[in-house]
Amino acid sequence: MEFNLDLNTVWFILIGILLAGYAILDGFDLGIGALHLFVHTDNERRIMLNSIGPVWDGNEVWLVTGGGALFAAFPEVYATVFSGFYNAMILLLFMLIFRAVAIEFRSKRPMKWWRQTWDFAFSISSILIAFLMGVALGNIITGIQLGADKEYAGKFIDLLNPYTVLVGFTTVALFIMHGCIYGVLKTEGELQAKLKSWVNNTIIFFVICYVTTTMATLVYYPHMARHFKDFPPLFIVALLNMLAIANIPREIHHGREFLAFISSAAAIAFLLALFAIGIFPNIVLSNPNPEFSLNIYNAASSEKTLTIMLIIAAIGFPFVLAYTISIYWIFRGKVKLTNMSY
Amino acid sequence: MDLEILSRLQFAITIAFHYIYPPLSIGLGVVMVVMEGMYLKTKDKFYENMTKFWVKVFALTFAIGVASGIVMEFEFGTNWATYSRFVGDVFGSALAAEGIFAFFLESGFLAVLVFGWDKVGPRMHFFSTLMVALGSMFSAIWIVVANSWMQTPAGFKIVGEGINARAEITDFWAMVFNPSSVDRLLHTLSGCWLAGSFLVISVGAYYLIKNKHTRFAKSSIKIALVIAFISSLFQLFTGHQSAVGVSKNQPSKLAAMEAIFETQSNAPLYLLGWVNENNQEVKFGIAIPSLLSYLIGFSADTEVKGLNEFPKDERPPVNIVFQAYHLMVAIGFLLILISSLGIFYWLKGTLFSKKWLLKIFVVSVLLPQIANQIGWIVAEVGRQPWIVYGIMRTSEGLSKAVQEGQVWFSLILFTIIYIGLFILFLFLLNEKIKHGPENVDSIPAELGHPKA
Repeated sequence: MEFNLDLNTVWFILIGILLAGYAILDGFDLGIGALHLFVHTDNERRIMLNSIGPVWDGNEVWLVTGGGALFAAFPEVYATVFSGFYNAMILLLFMLIFRAVAIEFRSKRPMKWWRQTWDFAFSISSILIAFLMGVALGNIITGIQLGADKEYAGKFIDLLNPYTVLVGFTTVALFIMHGCIYGVLKTEGELQAKLKSWVNNTIIFFVICYVTTTMATLVYYPHMARHFKDFPPLFIVALLNMLAIANIPREIHHGREFLAFISSAAAIAFLLALFAIGIFPNIVLSNPNPEFSLNIYNAASSEKTLTIMLIIAAIGFPFVLAYTISIYWIFRGKVKLTNMSY
Repeated sequence: MDLEILSRLQFAITIAFHYIYPPLSIGLGVVMVVMEGMYLKTKDKFYENMTKFWVKVFALTFAIGVASGIVMEFEFGTNWATYSRFVGDVFGSALAAEGIFAFFLESGFLAVLVFGWDKVGPRMHFFSTLMVALGSMFSAIWIVVANSWMQTPAGFKIVGEGINARAEITDFWAMVFNPSSVDRLLHTLSGCWLAGSFLVISVGAYYLIKNKHTRFAKSSIKIALVIAFISSLFQLFTGHQSAVGVSKNQPSKLAAMEAIFETQSNAPLYLLGWVNENNQEVKFGIAIPSLLSYLIGFSADTEVKGLNEFPKDERPPVNIVFQAYHLMVAIGFLLILISSLGIFYWLKGTLFSKKWLLKIFVVSVLLPQIANQIGWIVAEVGRQPWIVYGIMRTSEGLSKAVQEGQVWFSLILFTIIYIGLFILFLFLLNEKIKHGPENVDSIPAELGHPKA
């Protein structure tokens, strides 16, 4: 098919960027959460929590804004996916609530049972959020049952099959690796040594999941590769993705954690780019009736709205980048607990 | 119960719970800006420590506000998919603008506000506080714009028919400045300032009664009382403006607010009453003759459209709107009275020895909260049976892919979780208040505030 950079395509890319921003930033928050129960002393758990303390909330805004942008640019996708995946969405929302209040409440009271309960809630919700998001991406790849009325016609249980569960595990593994590297960056002493000793294992766990998912995708869902076949230069993205992943253990080996973190962030961005190229121009593939798929044209808002939104994004985005960079700059360096900490 | 009632109930519960927190954040934001501004001006550490205490309270309300707010962002899609398809072109852009202009600003600078005391200088910290306060108000702007568009839709056209019909933007600024957005925004914001300032007044009064942290308490009360006094008067003005707007743009809502069944001039204004919708009468009503007509058009001859002008299936429920509206107005006047009394005794120099007034202050924290909640009941129930006034019915906006059982499941879970969260919130807030501010008592008055 022919590719031209029209408004709809621009919005497809912009929402992709918002989701990539979310995955990179909240990805390490979720990864820290997933590892949280593996550190044991109260002080170390507080350091884990406070390593994401000032930023987790802003990181989640990428998801909220992504949701808003999807609503505005592709309302049919927003409506179909969120109502069609109702039970999964409600579960995701509950996990997001639990996670937020667990972070906020945990250190407010000194009792052991209180802190253990919220630690558990924080960790389990982090893992489940990552898993559910992976399952959702998996379902976009496999396609879901859509009717001619653009409504989801399947059941909740149809969303879970070996492939989508595999994508769910891969997402969890990716965020654990990403979070572990972030943890090494933000901590010192014993805790840092512990996290360092885990990094290689998290990389291995992720690479196994990644290779399995890639093989399964190419074997069972070859439509994800069709643009790469039609336009071979796109293979550069796949190559860059592999190089970024391969670079992570190399940087870790040389003790350059920051560069390892950047590689892992790049790996996430390239993975999402591969996913986006694979599904383009569809956003939600209909299976078994591909003609009912929601694509960037039949699911989009009017050209006028897409234009207005583009102006809003052009005004807002430089500010967003400026705040994000300043905040990370202000809170650079190792975590120190103060009386305002979680 | 059918899908429509369940979905409405779930939206009502999730939004009502959510709306406990943003007004507190918005109101406390203003209070914190004033307090920290005084710190910058006087260089008195006392004000810094005072700000720090309210920042902790702010952080607690903000966190629950964010957690319950994510639900709202996604709930249009989960439970109101047909509505979302219909309005995405118009309504979605307001939500996206809220994310990009407000949420990033708020959450970014919140990090500095809460965790950045030792990381940045006092000026940069003050700037962050200011940005968080502004961000929370930007968020109010976009969400009230979106809601106002549902009340008084403008700047759009309807394209397509049947299931493919949808609203498309024709004029962005006409959508943003639709006939009710400015009045309703100002009315909402002053309600938020009242919620925040009365929380501060209440906590301060509690400390004074317990004879703890007296300097902190007195200072906090004074700052909040000024904000409360101005906001409560402003609220009367914006409330009036909103009601005049409703009479023009949503006559069926105004008729329900005042239980006007027959179109009439010299329409009375009820102070209280109980509406029997079947007999179309107001029982035990106490009314001031002609006042409604006068308020709406500055003349007793102004005609007020009655509910009987509307087909039966286009009338909102009357009694609930009537009761909520009258209680809200009564609370509004009560807040003016309480804050005026506070200012009056402050000027006389006897405010802090008036135990009875301090006791009223302690419980007054509930009043703006109740008024905010029932104010939204007037706005949203009064809009029924429409989801977009005059354009789309609430019953037409539901998700087609969602079954009753699924909504039962989520409704019950939301209810349980929110009740639990609310209890925890009260518990932690109470602990925080009992623990009290730090380092505000040890500084001798002479040294502590050189300029005061």
